[in-house]
Amino acid sequence: MKLVRWLGFAALAVAVGGAAQAQTVKVGVVLPFSGANADLGHQIDKAFDLYVKLHAKDLAPYKVEIIKRDEGPPTGAQAKTVTTELITNDKVQLVTGFVFSPSAIALAPVITQAKVPMVIANAGTAWITNLSPYIVRLSFSMWHPAYPMGPYAFSKIGCKTAAVAYTDFPPGKDSVEAFKTGFEKAGGKIVDSIPMGSPVQVPDFTPFFQKVKDEKPDCMYVFIPSGAHATGVMKAYGELGMRKAGVKLIGPMDLVPDNKLQDMGDAAIGTIVMGHYAVDLDNAANKAFNAEWHKAYGADSYPDFMSAAGWDTMHAIFDTIKKLKGDMSDGAKVVKAMEGWAADGPRGHVMIDPATRDIVEDEHAMEVYRKPDGKLGEKIVGTTKQVHDECKVLKLGRCK
Amino acid sequence: MAGNEISAAATTSVAARAQATGFLARRHYVRWPEALPWLIAIACFFLFPDRMTFGSQVLVMVIFALSLDLILGYAGIVTLGHAAFFGIGAYVVALAFLRLGWSEPISGIILGGLVAGLIGAAVGWFILHYRGLTLLMLTIAFAATLQESGNLRSDITGGYDGLPGLSFDPLLGIFQYDLYGHTNYLYALAVLAVIFFFVRRIVYSPFGQALTGIRENVRRMNAIGSPVHRRLVTVYAISAAIAGVAGGLFTQTNAYVTLTVFDFDFSAKVMVMLILGGTGRLYGAFLGAFVYMVMEDNLSKFSPTFWQLGIGLLLVFAVLFARRGLAGWVEDVGHDLRRWVKR
Amino acid sequence: MSHYANIAVSVLFDGLAYAMFLFITSVGLSVTMGLMNFVNLAHGAFAMAGGYVVVSLTRSLGIDFVPSLAFAAVAVGAASVPFERYLYRRLYKATDLEQVLLTIGLAFIAIASFTYFYGPIPKSVPLPDWLQGDVNLGFRAFPTYRAFLIAVGAALIAVLWYAFERTNIGAKIRAAVDNRRMAESVGINVDRLFTLTFALGSGLAALGGGLAIQLFGLTPSFAVIYLVLFLIVVAVGGLGSLKGTLLAALVIGIIDTGGKYVFPVAGNLFIYAVTVIVLLIKPAGFYGRE
Repeated sequence: MKLVRWLGFAALAVAVGGAAQAQTVKVGVVLPFSGANADLGHQIDKAFDLYVKLHAKDLAPYKVEIIKRDEGPPTGAQAKTVTTELITNDKVQLVTGFVFSPSAIALAPVITQAKVPMVIANAGTAWITNLSPYIVRLSFSMWHPAYPMGPYAFSKIGCKTAAVAYTDFPPGKDSVEAFKTGFEKAGGKIVDSIPMGSPVQVPDFTPFFQKVKDEKPDCMYVFIPSGAHATGVMKAYGELGMRKAGVKLIGPMDLVPDNKLQDMGDAAIGTIVMGHYAVDLDNAANKAFNAEWHKAYGADSYPDFMSAAGWDTMHAIFDTIKKLKGDMSDGAKVVKAMEGWAADGPRGHVMIDPATRDIVEDEHAMEVYRKPDGKLGEKIVGTTKQVHDECKVLKLGRCK
Repeated sequence: MAGNEISAAATTSVAARAQATGFLARRHYVRWPEALPWLIAIACFFLFPDRMTFGSQVLVMVIFALSLDLILGYAGIVTLGHAAFFGIGAYVVALAFLRLGWSEPISGIILGGLVAGLIGAAVGWFILHYRGLTLLMLTIAFAATLQESGNLRSDITGGYDGLPGLSFDPLLGIFQYDLYGHTNYLYALAVLAVIFFFVRRIVYSPFGQALTGIRENVRRMNAIGSPVHRRLVTVYAISAAIAGVAGGLFTQTNAYVTLTVFDFDFSAKVMVMLILGGTGRLYGAFLGAFVYMVMEDNLSKFSPTFWQLGIGLLLVFAVLFARRGLAGWVEDVGHDLRRWVKR
Repeated sequence: MSHYANIAVSVLFDGLAYAMFLFITSVGLSVTMGLMNFVNLAHGAFAMAGGYVVVSLTRSLGIDFVPSLAFAAVAVGAASVPFERYLYRRLYKATDLEQVLLTIGLAFIAIASFTYFYGPIPKSVPLPDWLQGDVNLGFRAFPTYRAFLIAVGAALIAVLWYAFERTNIGAKIRAAVDNRRMAESVGINVDRLFTLTFALGSGLAALGGGLAIQLFGLTPSFAVIYLVLFLIVVAVGGLGSLKGTLLAALVIGIIDTGGKYVFPVAGNLFIYAVTVIVLLIKPAGFYGRE
């Protein structure tokens, strides 16, 4: 009897002592885990989990506790409710994730009021980082890939004329605007601009592409959300025989996400995209990242550009925890510590621009080709080093 | 012998009639169990002070579901496009602030309600000639048309990125909106109380009785000379106005609105909540919205990916075992309890 | 060929292919709603299930696309029978609202279950060589898969028309749609008839789901995202009418395709405009009974 009591006391002491010893940082992760875009959330979540699994021990004596919540549909409302609760109820010291721009936009006033940093792992509307001094973005702005694609398409791919087609929601408009700015500055001419329905429903792309085919531009720049739409685009493009008809398919990397590339078939071959990540990117960090990914999730599972950004996001959070010795209570100090953070990740060298709290990364022009092993791959055909968000550089519209 | 029986029967029938008329006469009286939801709502404020952002979302949905109950439960108008009026209210409040600087919250939601109500009257006048699937599709088409037009003019509506940067005056000029959502919660609760007692008056008025008549047998109501169409349009406009108020409140409590407020999913969700709670019984809206949202919240915390399974099971079981909705089920339980106590 | 003729041919061809998908997936819904007045919002879930059966058969077992399609239709049709027997049947006499609740619940369960087994990443199917590329009809080339879709649709229409108009069972179904009580009183077993048509409708939905993978890709939320479209086809065509559903699918498919081609900025507005106009003029749809 006595033994039991003493054992119990000892266990309690260890538990209390342990809790007091390891400083636990609470991190809220908000990603779409259900609904039409669950796929995107899972690509990032897997990268988060993987990073935490592999590096939790490096963080000692500090610990992270991850609390996951469903971001829900791209309305902003649910994301706002769950994130506010993460802050008020679960007392998290940092929130991360956020696939949809509306979520980040809805939350900007909340995190400013709460002084809790928001580290964005995807949401790409350019001007989001201007909404609150507590926002740091590790992923990209729509302008990162789309703007350099303009001059590259004109001078290297040989697009004198181009049609643009995009899913009719803000990231689509943003991406097209960025491409247009770069392309027209280089001397190209946009012949048509075609909105292609809402992001919720994958439309039948054929009528839109048929129209482009009839207009015979040199290139067709397409932006779609990287989920189910991407596969549909490639099928319609292939079916219509557009490459044979002389219309080249170009776009940001969302067009050929790595985890869907193998399903796209021959139609994708020859497509040139601009982006900061592909599984074939040749650097040591990426090789290790891919190896660990396949070990954890199987040979048929591939990370994509969202996963790569997710990995870097968690990396930056961990580095910040170390830098601040586990004291994440002051949001302003956390943001300060993150500014200027730089590392070599799966995407290559990335850095957080202290002036804008947005990412600086390399953008690669990548061409889809058939690899010797029969699988589809992406070949780097050109690189623009250390690209900033050009929307903020040019101070356009809300990016001022 | 025979005479006795007749007089006994007469006495019981007189007594039965007295009981029945007594029931009808007292039907609209406030009974003590009706205080319960309100006491719970106030108790929640003190018990879960950190969860008031969620709490205010629930209250907004209760108001929205209540507006639907008025037409669906009492007048039998089936709609899968009620988000149209919620969205109109939401955008009126947002645009009135951005374009006219209308930052006073209470008059803001009244404005939202009025505009939604007027549009509801106009649309209702057209579509309420139809019933059944036709009406259902027309309501869906109306909400979808608003959403598509909104996207066409995203320079005004902000499209799917929405309208950020909304900030409203402190409530009554005194109460600031805090991070914890305390002000929002009490604000939404007060609006709900006002709307609830308004709706309660309507459904127990002769007008409400006429609506129930239309729901039960529209031909007979036509035959006895009841102005069916006019009554339907009136109640549709009132319901649209209440949905507009809910939408305005949604914009104010979120300080943000996007075009997704017009989503079909959203119309369907509020309808599911109401049927789950029980239609045509006012408190069904409370129970349905509360149970659905709390379940969704807890399940999605437990499993962010598979929570829909739990909600799906809840709905299927509710249909199979609580045919009159949760509120009907609660009534049955209350009834049994009372009988048990008497015995 | 002149520019405008070229456009017209494109729109007609693509619209026709799209219309066939709409018809195949919606016709079952129309008949079940017409026959039993049952609002089946889980119809899309059967289409989604069919799609995943095709994915499993082609990807995991290496079976060809076309036999997989046929198998998916039969399997999902058969699997839908217990749902009808044990769940739907209890609610035939219930209100529309309870039916909505039950079937939305089932759709949610289906989405969560298929996400569990297949994950949320969009799936596609490998097509046989003869379905890839395009066919040249002399004056211009058409995508083979879409031609295939049109051929499948045309064949199905012929079979369904024959079954509906020329067979005993078809006559019984038409009788039951027209007047259920009368049909029962002359000895038609409407319950069994309904089980049969329900299975047929679900099987066709599964076929439509399988055919749609190539157009839209397949995710679990397929169960709900195209539901409104199916409902529109059913309402515009008229409940329980084969002819009406076909006409509605053609009108919606071609107008939507044409709208996207000529005036893409309007998005889905064309579909809704057509719906509203048709329903305001003919509230019961093209061939529905008032």
